[in-house]
Amino acid sequence: MMTKIAFVRKKEIPPSAPPITEVGLIGWLRQNLFSSWLNSILTVLSVYFIVVILWDFIPWAYGGHWNTKSLRECLDLDPDVACFSVLTARWKQLLFGLYPAEEYWRPTLTFMFLLLAIVPILFPRFFRFFWFSIIYPGLAVWLLWGGSFWSISIVYIGLTLGALFFLSLIRRYLKNYMVAAILAFLFTAVFFLFISNPLVGLLNVILPISLPFVESLKMGGFTLSLIVGVTGIVASFPIGILLALGRQSNLPVIKMICVGFIEFIRGVPLITLLFVASVLLNYFLPPGTNFDIVLRVVIMVTLFSAAYMAEVIRGGLAGLPLGQHEASASLGLTYWQSQRLIIMPQALKISIPGIVNTFIGLFKDTTLVSIISLRDPVGLASTIRADQKWNGIYWELYVAIGLMFFIFCWGMSQYSQYLERKLKTDK
Amino acid sequence: MKKLFLGVLTALALAAGGTFAGTLDDVKARGNLLCGVSTGAPGFATVDDSGKDVGFDVDYCRALAAAIFGDPMAVKFVGLTSAVRFTALAAGEVDILARNTTWTYSRDTDLKQTFLGVNYYDGQGFMVKKELGVKSTTELDGATVCIQVGTTTELNLADYFKENGMSYEPVPTADNAESQQQYLAGACDTYTTDASALHGTRVNLENPDDHLVLPEIISKEPLGPLVRHGDDNWADIGRWVLNALVIAEEKGITKGNIDSWKDTKDAEIHRLLGTGDDDILAMVGLPKNAMYNAIKAGGNYGEIFENNLGATSGINIERGVNASWTKGGILYSPPFR
Repeated sequence: MMTKIAFVRKKEIPPSAPPITEVGLIGWLRQNLFSSWLNSILTVLSVYFIVVILWDFIPWAYGGHWNTKSLRECLDLDPDVACFSVLTARWKQLLFGLYPAEEYWRPTLTFMFLLLAIVPILFPRFFRFFWFSIIYPGLAVWLLWGGSFWSISIVYIGLTLGALFFLSLIRRYLKNYMVAAILAFLFTAVFFLFISNPLVGLLNVILPISLPFVESLKMGGFTLSLIVGVTGIVASFPIGILLALGRQSNLPVIKMICVGFIEFIRGVPLITLLFVASVLLNYFLPPGTNFDIVLRVVIMVTLFSAAYMAEVIRGGLAGLPLGQHEASASLGLTYWQSQRLIIMPQALKISIPGIVNTFIGLFKDTTLVSIISLRDPVGLASTIRADQKWNGIYWELYVAIGLMFFIFCWGMSQYSQYLERKLKTDK
Repeated sequence: MKKLFLGVLTALALAAGGTFAGTLDDVKARGNLLCGVSTGAPGFATVDDSGKDVGFDVDYCRALAAAIFGDPMAVKFVGLTSAVRFTALAAGEVDILARNTTWTYSRDTDLKQTFLGVNYYDGQGFMVKKELGVKSTTELDGATVCIQVGTTTELNLADYFKENGMSYEPVPTADNAESQQQYLAGACDTYTTDASALHGTRVNLENPDDHLVLPEIISKEPLGPLVRHGDDNWADIGRWVLNALVIAEEKGITKGNIDSWKDTKDAEIHRLLGTGDDDILAMVGLPKNAMYNAIKAGGNYGEIFENNLGATSGINIERGVNASWTKGGILYSPPFR
């Protein structure tokens, strides 16, 4: 017997549109900005503050003067808007410091090469261009400071010869790495002590390539921030790794040195170290010694940041389960092999936020050098204000400097987030 | 322990100083003068839009370089913040410090420096808004005062108000620029710093006429160039270049007319410009026409003042006590003989 069925739906009911309060703009707003009473209040307050600030800032910035000759002229035209003319007049100084104007192409080129040189480091698919990242430091030093091309190249030549010597030793004669390394070190030392100077002299005669020398006194602006910041970042990373490993080492002497160094540096404010670099070192060096001030500052900043880096990486190492060490040991890997293949890749991945944090902090800390008389952008701001034409300019300069720093720091932070996403293996 | 440390430092500094016996020779051998100036003090030292060093202290060093080398450009300016200036001089990073530095007893003696004289008599002043109706510092009882922390002005302020039985409320700031912002924002009734800086700041306010620099100067701030202890000949050179600029103004010798004094009957002018027979500049190891070159570099004291601090500069500081003694000021050079 069949049941009489009055109606059978043949098709599925088309889904009705979701309630208007759950999708589209309104839905997004409800979910993200007004999901609860507290959120709603916070949203309204935030919008209020943003509007209040922009209400003043936009007319101030948008109507700003760009082409007056002095602050007085700005004020006479319209005192209520920004006087960006100071940037028109001084942007080159903010970028290059007191670098000679006819040589501006050198820091510019150095910066462009920097972008090229970091690409192979940041993105593995360009790793075949890594050789450029290796020669870049020497190239940058030569471009920025000038002088003979050969006196920089000789460093590379010497180190390459040393490395080749080391490799050929262990390949043909010696199986003992330690002895080979010591011999290679002696070989390199002899090269730099006795051979390099005459060789540079000879090369200068045969093929003189040189740029006009620019002294460190002239370095300033963002060029200086980048010199100190980038060198500090690049150099502090490997030193930090070694310190972190040293701190966990089983060899008491190495461990003590590393712990002592890290704790000492972390216990002293950066500005104190900078004062030591700028002031105190001069007392201990023989008079007339020209120990470059920028180099001194770079060394101090690097050491400072390396100590922090070491602790960040130690955090990453501590985050790894002990089983990883034991597993690599049971595979028969040596200490360095296991560090290189098993431990470090994982530890560094965990530490990425902390590492980038330290980098960004270091880059911003470069503004502290203005206290020891170097003309970084913040130092230049007070120099510019001392020109009667611009005496009294305040916000315009700091807004511009802040914006520049923001671009660099934001870029670093974006890259770290990209890297974290890319290396994410657990879902 | 601290004493021992300082003692070691001093000994090292002295040992270092010992090899500086002939600063003039060092400077000549190097080919340029290393002059420590401020990284930025309106009117005294800064760089202009084209990156050139300019200022009152800068011009003094150019005159000194001209005296030594005949070339006012044979000088490298090392910008120094107040935190590092004395150590930079002591450690030999600069040959001379011309950095609007107040000459005080302890700086002269304890810090082992030799002040070469006074190139600008400054003093601490106050700026107020005219609408406040204050005409004198004695009416500032109970005022809020913007004051740069860690400076001599902070101490002077406390002394002055105490002496006059007045009270004030300090609003601490880091530098002149911040003082100015706080003052304009109404955080303080008045702000105080060296009068030269107040004048420079006032000119660039939105409405300079709404503000008043009070007439009282509550402290003595004699600014001058200085060198390390231990090389008296070098100190003499710096001192007499400064004096020569002052004498030149007194005698009416300017950058423009300096070549027209060959026939003057004034023997001192001949000695100064090296146009006479006796060459007294050989005593300090300078060429006979050294002072001629020094004056030719940026003009006499009055011209340097006008260009950097006076009407031409836009700062509009009046000569006041910084006028020559012949014109009612206190600038007075010993005779050039």
